[in-house]
Amino acid sequence: MTPFRSPNDTPLVRVRDLSVRFAGTPPVHAVNSVSFDLAPGEVLGILGESGSGKSVTLKTLLRLLPERKTRITGQVEVDGQDVLALQGRALADHRGGVASMIFQDPSLALDPVYTIGQQIAETVIRHDGLSKSDAMARALEMLEIVRIPSAKRRLANYPHEMSGGMRQRAMIALALACRPKLLLADEPTTALDATVQIQILLLLRDLQKELGMGVIFVTHDIGVAVEVSDRLAVMYAGSFVETGSVKDVIRDARHPYSKGLLAANLVGAAPGTRLDAVPGAPPPLNALPEGCSFAPRCAHAETACSMSPLPIWNGGNGRWARCVQASCLGALADAESTS
Amino acid sequence: MLSFILRRVFYTVPIMLGVSLVCFALVHISPGDPLVSILPPDASVELQEQMMAIYGFDRSYPEQFLRWLGLALQGDLGNSIATGRPVASEVFNAVGNTLILAVTATIIGFTLGGLFGFVAGYFRDSWIDKLATAISVIGVSVPHYWLGMVMVIIFSVELRWLPATGAGPGGSSQWVWDWEHMQYLILPAVTMSVIPMGIVARTVRALVADILQQEFVSGLRAKGLLDRGVLAHVIKNAAPTALAVMGLQLGYLLGGSILIETVFSWPGTGFLLGQAIFQRDLPLLQGTILVLAMFFVVLNLLVDVAQTSLDPRLQRG
Repeated sequence: MTPFRSPNDTPLVRVRDLSVRFAGTPPVHAVNSVSFDLAPGEVLGILGESGSGKSVTLKTLLRLLPERKTRITGQVEVDGQDVLALQGRALADHRGGVASMIFQDPSLALDPVYTIGQQIAETVIRHDGLSKSDAMARALEMLEIVRIPSAKRRLANYPHEMSGGMRQRAMIALALACRPKLLLADEPTTALDATVQIQILLLLRDLQKELGMGVIFVTHDIGVAVEVSDRLAVMYAGSFVETGSVKDVIRDARHPYSKGLLAANLVGAAPGTRLDAVPGAPPPLNALPEGCSFAPRCAHAETACSMSPLPIWNGGNGRWARCVQASCLGALADAESTS
Repeated sequence: MLSFILRRVFYTVPIMLGVSLVCFALVHISPGDPLVSILPPDASVELQEQMMAIYGFDRSYPEQFLRWLGLALQGDLGNSIATGRPVASEVFNAVGNTLILAVTATIIGFTLGGLFGFVAGYFRDSWIDKLATAISVIGVSVPHYWLGMVMVIIFSVELRWLPATGAGPGGSSQWVWDWEHMQYLILPAVTMSVIPMGIVARTVRALVADILQQEFVSGLRAKGLLDRGVLAHVIKNAAPTALAVMGLQLGYLLGGSILIETVFSWPGTGFLLGQAIFQRDLPLLQGTILVLAMFFVVLNLLVDVAQTSLDPRLQRG
C-alpha cells in the first residue's frame, strides 16, 4: 500500500500498518492498518467523526492505551525510535520528552490538587533534571510563551481557579515545557467557547512556527483542520480513507466520505435549507463490513466496493484515496465545476 | 485559610451548646430514678426529698440545665451518685485509657486498611484486590464482641500468650508503656482495629480506583511521570476524603466501644458509660456523654481544617 509520503526523507513519525484491537467479544477494531509519515515541523490534521479512531491513533503514539485490553500491531516510529518496543523508563522518557500531548478537556486532564506551576515544573524536573527553582523559572517562562497574562501569579493557581481558555493555555505550556519534537493535539479546542477556540488555534499555529515541532492535530471540525494543517488525513471507521495537502483535499476530495463531510459544512449554506448530511451512521467497530466500510452509506456504492483489499487511487505527491471510484469521482467534480 | 479556620472554630460554639442540651435532655428523658440505686428500699419520704435537694433534682429542668452547664464550663461535672467521686476525674481517667486503646487500634486499622485499600484499588480486579476486599468485608461484618471473645479463647485461654482482661498491674489509672502493661493492650486493640480497617480499606479502594479512571492520570503518564510519580498524585487526590472517613472512625473509637471494653474489662469511656447506665448514675452519664461529644466536635473541626488545607477546591466555600 502506498503510504502517505511526506516530502522529507527522514520522517519524524513513521507509522506503518498500524492496527489497534480492543479486547471484547467480538473484538473492537478501533484502528485498521493506518500508515503515514510526518516530517519534522509538519502539521498533519486527522479529520473524522467521533469513534473513527483518530484519538486512539494519537494515544498509540504515546502508548497511553490500557495495555491489558489492547493489542497493537504494525510499526510506530517516532524520531527513529520504535515506540511499540519501549518499556519502563525509556517509555516515560519518550512521553513528554520526545512527544507530548494536549488533551481535549483541560479541566479533566490537569490534576485538580496541584498548582499549574507544580505540574509544569514536575515535568521539567523529570525530563531535564532541573532543580526545583530552575524548573519553576521554566514554568513561568512557558506561561509567558503561551501568553497567559500575569503569569507569575497564575503559577500558583489551581486549575479550578482559571477559565477554560487559560487552562488550555496552561495545558499547552505543560506539553511544550520540555521542547518535544512532536506535539499531539487531541481536539484541543472542542471543549472551549467559540471565541476562545480561535485564540487557542492561532496560538498553536504561532507556537508551531516559532518552535518548529511536528504536530498531529486531531479534530472533527473541518474549519479547524484547515486552519492549522499542512496536510489532511480523513479517517473513517478506523482507516485513513483519503490524504493529501489541505488544498487538494478541500478543492478536490476524491472519497465520497470526504465529499460528504465538506458538503455538511455550515459555511455558505443558505438559512432554512437542509444541510447535505451524510445519511446513516458509521458501522460498529466490532463488526466492520468486508471491503469499504463506508459502502453501506455511500450513494456511489457498487459491487466492487465489497472486495478486499480495496484499490487505492494515487494522485501523486502523497495524495491518495481508498475508493474504487476515486478517479471518476474526481472527473465528476471537474465536470460540475466547469458547468 | 486563617479566616476559614477562625470561622470554622466559631461555628463549633453553637454546635457545642446544642450538643450539651441534647446530652442533658437525653439523660432526663430516659426512664429510671437515679436515687433508687443509692437509697434503701424503705427510705422515708423526707430522706428522699433531702437527697433530691442535695443533687438538685427538685428544681425545674431549665434551672438544672443552666446550673449544670455553668459548672461544666468551669470543669466541674458534679459528683457521681454511685461512688461520690467527682465525675470530671472519673471521665478524664477513662478518656485517657480509651485514648490509649483507640489510638493504638486506629494506627493498626488505618495502616492496614489504607494499605489494603490502596493495593486493591491500584490492582483492581486482580487476586490481590479480591483478597483485600474479602478481608475488608469480613472486617466490617464480623460482630466485634464475638471476635473479642474468640481472641480471648484462642490467645488467653488456649495458648496462654496474653492476658484476657484489665489494663495491667496499674489498674485503671496508672498506665505505663512497658510490656507489663502493653500485653493487656494487644487483644482489645487488635479487636477494635478490625472495624476501621474494613471501612478505611473499602473507602480507599473506591477512591483510588476512581482516581485512576480519571483523565488527568492519563495526563500524568503522557508527560512522562514514572509510576511512583503518578502514585504521589493519586495519594494526594485521595487524601482529603480518606482523611474525613478516618476522622469519623477515630471519633467513634474514642467514644469507646462499650462492647469491646466490656468484653476485655478495659477501664475506658465505654466501660464507664455501661456502668453509669446500669446504675442510673445521671451526673456520670451526662458528664461522660458530654466529654465524648466534645471530643467528636473537636475532631470534626480538625478533620475539616486538614481536609481544606489538602484540597484547594474546598477553600472557596
